[in-house]
Amino acid sequence: MQINVKIKRYNPEADARPYWAEYKLEARGSDRVLDVINHLKWEVDGTLAFRRSCAHGICGSDAMLINGVNRLACKVLVKDLGERITIEPIRGLPVLKDLIVDMEPFFDAYTAVMPFFINDDPPPPGERYQSAEDRAVFDETTKCILCAACTTSCPVFWTNGRYLGPAAIVNAHRFIFDSRDQGAAERLGVLNQANGLWRCRTAYNCTEACPRDIPITRAIEEVKRALLWRGA
Amino acid sequence: MNRAHKFDVIVVGAGGAGLMAARYAAQHPGVSVAVISKLYPTRSHTGAAQGGVGAALGNVSEDHPEWHAFDTIKGGDYLTDQDVAERFAVEVVEAVYELEHMGLPFNRTPEGKIAQRKFGGHTREFGKSAVERACYAADRTGHMILQTLYQQSIKDRVNFFNEFHVLDMIMEDGACHGVVAYELATGDIHTFHAKATIIATGGNGRMFRVTSNAHALTGDLMSIAYRRGLPIEDPEFYQFHPTGLYKLGVLLTEGARGEGAILRNGDGERFMERYAPTIKDLAPRDMVSRAMYLEIREGRGAGPDKDYIHLDLTHIDAHIVETRLPDITEFSRIYLGVDPIKELVPIQPTAHYAMGGIPTTIDTQVISDGRNTIVPGLYAAGEVACASIHGANRLGTNSLGDLIVFGRRAGIEAAKFAASESFTDLPAGVQDRTRELVDTVRKGKRKERVSHLRRELQDTMQDYASVFRTQEFLSKQVGILRDLQERYRGVGVEDEGHKFNTELLEAIELGFLLDNAEQLVHAALNRQESRGAHSREDFKERDDATWLKHTLIYKDGDGVRIDYKPVTLGKYEPKPRTY
Repeated sequence: MQINVKIKRYNPEADARPYWAEYKLEARGSDRVLDVINHLKWEVDGTLAFRRSCAHGICGSDAMLINGVNRLACKVLVKDLGERITIEPIRGLPVLKDLIVDMEPFFDAYTAVMPFFINDDPPPPGERYQSAEDRAVFDETTKCILCAACTTSCPVFWTNGRYLGPAAIVNAHRFIFDSRDQGAAERLGVLNQANGLWRCRTAYNCTEACPRDIPITRAIEEVKRALLWRGA
Repeated sequence: MNRAHKFDVIVVGAGGAGLMAARYAAQHPGVSVAVISKLYPTRSHTGAAQGGVGAALGNVSEDHPEWHAFDTIKGGDYLTDQDVAERFAVEVVEAVYELEHMGLPFNRTPEGKIAQRKFGGHTREFGKSAVERACYAADRTGHMILQTLYQQSIKDRVNFFNEFHVLDMIMEDGACHGVVAYELATGDIHTFHAKATIIATGGNGRMFRVTSNAHALTGDLMSIAYRRGLPIEDPEFYQFHPTGLYKLGVLLTEGARGEGAILRNGDGERFMERYAPTIKDLAPRDMVSRAMYLEIREGRGAGPDKDYIHLDLTHIDAHIVETRLPDITEFSRIYLGVDPIKELVPIQPTAHYAMGGIPTTIDTQVISDGRNTIVPGLYAAGEVACASIHGANRLGTNSLGDLIVFGRRAGIEAAKFAASESFTDLPAGVQDRTRELVDTVRKGKRKERVSHLRRELQDTMQDYASVFRTQEFLSKQVGILRDLQERYRGVGVEDEGHKFNTELLEAIELGFLLDNAEQLVHAALNRQESRGAHSREDFKERDDATWLKHTLIYKDGDGVRIDYKPVTLGKYEPKPRTY
């Protein structure tokens, strides 16, 4: 089928401001959007810049705003979008070139919640035991691939770039609810600050944007309750 | 930004092996460490590994490292160095416990131990029946290893240089003194001066048309080492994973068969019963991929063109599929529109893993010849390396085991070396080769399109040098590669910019891929026998008298030179390989 692709382009070495470029090309319904932009880069305009690696939704490189929704370009097919496709960089992070944004603020927020296992007891010779039920409590939030689709779909983050954002909270949840971890109080302390958890207005955009189907809003609510009940 | 950097230890690559190496190197008191990666660390392809990491914990049924070592050796068709396999099987148990202590969320047994499941080629009592050895976190074990190690690196405050593309190694007098890298964001060239350099950059699967590998897996450092005069070991042994999504190559874990899934041909027959009567669908990957090709060739494929095989999960409890194999279920639904709970999934073998690579000792020291001459200051671990652990065919799960066992060894060994050495002056013109490489492509004539040459490379490698090989087709491919190398001199780029010039790097990566293909094809043409993943239709038998030895291939002018290295044998006599 013939499709019409509009891409928001910006080359910092040539353009004063971003502009829309339009391309008409042949595609199959089973093509991924990544296949489409790869085709454009390889056959039409080599200067088109975007990140990609695994091409099947696991590395988190290619989050983009596609037809108004944040998704991974490798995980949405042409047939699910129709013949008009609009692609922009994810919002709220500085655009560096075309679809490439500055990920540093995103990773800074992630780092702020201490996204690592904390348990200072000497480990046993074998594994620490954990029941299947305790393991299940934080299963969903272990799926995060740090693609930033959630955080950059959040209207609070758009207006306040210092808000830690849903991805950071998801990764805090992954440890706060891990029965083996001992760092919950410290993390809840970080999340209780001015640009932390309470900025969330339950818009649900994050949950809808997540390519890993993590119930993000629910996870955020669980962390809010933990903060209320356990204190920080 | 400062463009000259100095660290005691430099790690190139931020996947499982690189992050493990960085962690261990940084634990050495007083040793400074930095990790350079062309991707953000969490984008590394370790994250795509699914099924599990094999370790003889014995949590589900009796198991021993000795059995694991034997399976690894037999799985490798006796080209595995037996001392390495024995050490590996012991250390992988420690390393898995260590990952758990770092917080890795493994699935759990009813008693709360690390859950384990069956996998191809892993057996009890030296081949009697399949054993539960793969420690798993649903079907995202690699994702959890990558995330856990990245989390620890944040805790350890590791220095990262993300989106820095290494384009050369600094070599002088046979020793390595660091690397030169291109910064994607600016186009600047940086020098990383190091006492010890650890290469952990993964594989090269993008030389084939149908692959499970990420776009980034272009064998960069295997090519750079080769251009710098170092050999590549056993490149002819390239693994095709049996269960890639039809046409796309996206991986569907062997863990699916570990949970009971069955391969069926177009007639609905469970054909693996004929090829491996004891462990059937859980035979090693080389055997299963060959069996699939043979079924298709003999007209028993599935689909309108009879060109694929079916993976059948429909008899497995839907809850088990959804909870233990959620990702592959989703891949099948999204990319093929097929629901594995109700329908058969179309699959075909997919280019997956390089058994060979930069040769190392058991301690990950890079060696430069068949007498194990060590290259001072240079280490390698993970898929890019060849510690002679996987032999002629890697067992499923042993890639993740390799990352954590040899990544750890590399970190420890490199730090020990760095602590005992002082910095030497860098040679003059240290960035010259890199500048020349970049400028040649940047100012290229654009007579040839990178994407077209790459597609030709991938198509021809798939057709002439994949699962089955012959003298005729390999010789033909030698000629095709020579032609592609020639035409590669005519490539160029449209993007003249310096910031995020991804087109430039794709062009340079194609040059690396061509070298990788050259290594593979020449070594495959040279080895006149069939062993593991290297299957010659004109030499169908394994020939231990002549070929029980590792290949070492060197660049020699415009051609290649081939040498050999003995296989370290041990208590397991090479025997015919049946399952």
